[in-house]
Amino acid sequence: MNIYVCIEQVPDADARIQLNADSTGIATEGVKWVLSSCDEFAVEEALRLREKNAGSTVTVLSTGPTRVVEAIRAAMAMGADNGIYVETPETADDNLTAKALAGALKNEAKVDIVFTGKGDEDQGTAQVSQLLSEFAGLPCVTLVLSAEYGASSVKCKRAIEGGAFEIVECPLPAVIGVENGINEPRFPSLLKTIKSGKKDVKALQMADVGVGDGDQKTRFKNFRLAPPKRVNKIRGGPVTQAKELVRLLHEEAKVV
Amino acid sequence: MGGTLVIAEIQDGKVRKSTLSAIRFAKQVGGPFAILALGAGVGAAAQELAGFGAQKVIVVDDAALKSYTCERFAPTVAKVAKDGGWDTVAVTASAFGKDLAPRVAVKLAAGYAADINLVKVDGGKRSYRRPTYAGNAFSWLEITTPAHVVSVRQTEFAAAAPSGGSSPTETAARAPDDAAAARVEFVSLEVGKSERPDLGEARVVVAGGRSLKEQFNQVLEPLADGLGAALGASRAACDAGYAPPEVQVGQTGRTVAPQLYFAIGISGAIQHIAGMKGSKVIVAVNKDGDAPIFQIADYGLVADLFVAVPELVKELKAQS
Repeated sequence: MNIYVCIEQVPDADARIQLNADSTGIATEGVKWVLSSCDEFAVEEALRLREKNAGSTVTVLSTGPTRVVEAIRAAMAMGADNGIYVETPETADDNLTAKALAGALKNEAKVDIVFTGKGDEDQGTAQVSQLLSEFAGLPCVTLVLSAEYGASSVKCKRAIEGGAFEIVECPLPAVIGVENGINEPRFPSLLKTIKSGKKDVKALQMADVGVGDGDQKTRFKNFRLAPPKRVNKIRGGPVTQAKELVRLLHEEAKVV
Repeated sequence: MGGTLVIAEIQDGKVRKSTLSAIRFAKQVGGPFAILALGAGVGAAAQELAGFGAQKVIVVDDAALKSYTCERFAPTVAKVAKDGGWDTVAVTASAFGKDLAPRVAVKLAAGYAADINLVKVDGGKRSYRRPTYAGNAFSWLEITTPAHVVSVRQTEFAAAAPSGGSSPTETAARAPDDAAAARVEFVSLEVGKSERPDLGEARVVVAGGRSLKEQFNQVLEPLADGLGAALGASRAACDAGYAPPEVQVGQTGRTVAPQLYFAIGISGAIQHIAGMKGSKVIVAVNKDGDAPIFQIADYGLVADLFVAVPELVKELKAQS
């Protein structure tokens, strides 16, 4: 099977977010960029599918400034075979990103399945899977908690609100957006980390995948940092603390 | 003619409460709006939706739309929007809305503002505010295409109340399925047996972190039971298997904004905070007084949760 995984590079979870000078985005200097932890689940799912289907390959796709090659290599260190990267501007929106990914997929000889993570730990929009499937003309199932892979279809369990689950059967090729926790991502191996540094990552320009600046349909401006808040730390032993907290919830906050 | 087309979320013939947040959005931006009721057997739902002051309720009632798959729903939503000349399509950012909206946006060649928490109209120009970088920052977004697709945060757009009157209804036909994608089959719906309210709609949420280990339910359930609360969890607790993934609160989980949120043994990683910082009152219980959760909590107990929570349960009973 020709298995693809779309990944994203995001600021490390512990990074302190600061704004850039004109408030059009975050300051990117000094930020540690990593493979999105959501996407590790997608990479793992792809690797497991490859292991069950001899002769399969896993190719990792990403877009962004050149630094995203590092995230592709991180996925290769987990075991992915190939990497493809489309250079897009730092300010690219999801529409442009998804269209570039779909364009890169269309350039491939045969695509059997595309995995995406729940994703978007930075902008938090989590829409690239659906946009990309629409551009690629593929069906898409998101929020997948577990999947059974058949020869020509995949049966997915997806989580919706209210403790309910939908079971959906989807023909291949398809885009499968996995939920965090679908599997337990493996750690990168030292040997693969060393090897991945030597592997080629195919670099493409926007024109190679049929996108241009006009595919940007939204524009961010005016970022603002969220204001801090003051906590009332309640002191004393367990009984005193509990009594005081419940009193405050009743009398001050009036929420119970 | 412009105006907003609100997509109703209908399950088993009933209007989901999430719909009312998208209606609130339509009222806020002003101008005419219509509500699209699509599904199978949505007559009663359409009647209910007629009471919200919409210019009309558009009904697409078709057996093929009995269960949601975006390959069947998105083409119809796009067609109704185009045929009616609605320049904005609005839906609430539930699992349904988040799945559907991007597909509709591509079909309409529209820019998409996802999961917004505020809208500002200035001289006819609209800006959408959304949280980014796990709620550490806000950004204002402008859409550069004539058509807009918007999903709104249920927790920040209060449910619209019925405004009386009765909007006329009209029917529309379903659009053909996507050629490449029409074979996605909805197999079944499994509904959990939870007696608890849904996380997104609960007035009180009791959420726990990884430090609860196997005692997650044993410690938190008595507290949740006493308050009629929904149970939530940090991503670390879900990833470790102490709580099911669907109750994860945070950037990559559910977003909640209850009246009262208990963060029990949750250190407060920014990704978690992103999913609950809109809560009215936040109580944090953590052994580590420097845990970041205390930076956004209203009330904090620096305490061993295994002692503090049972004590709290006792005290809530005593003072109720």
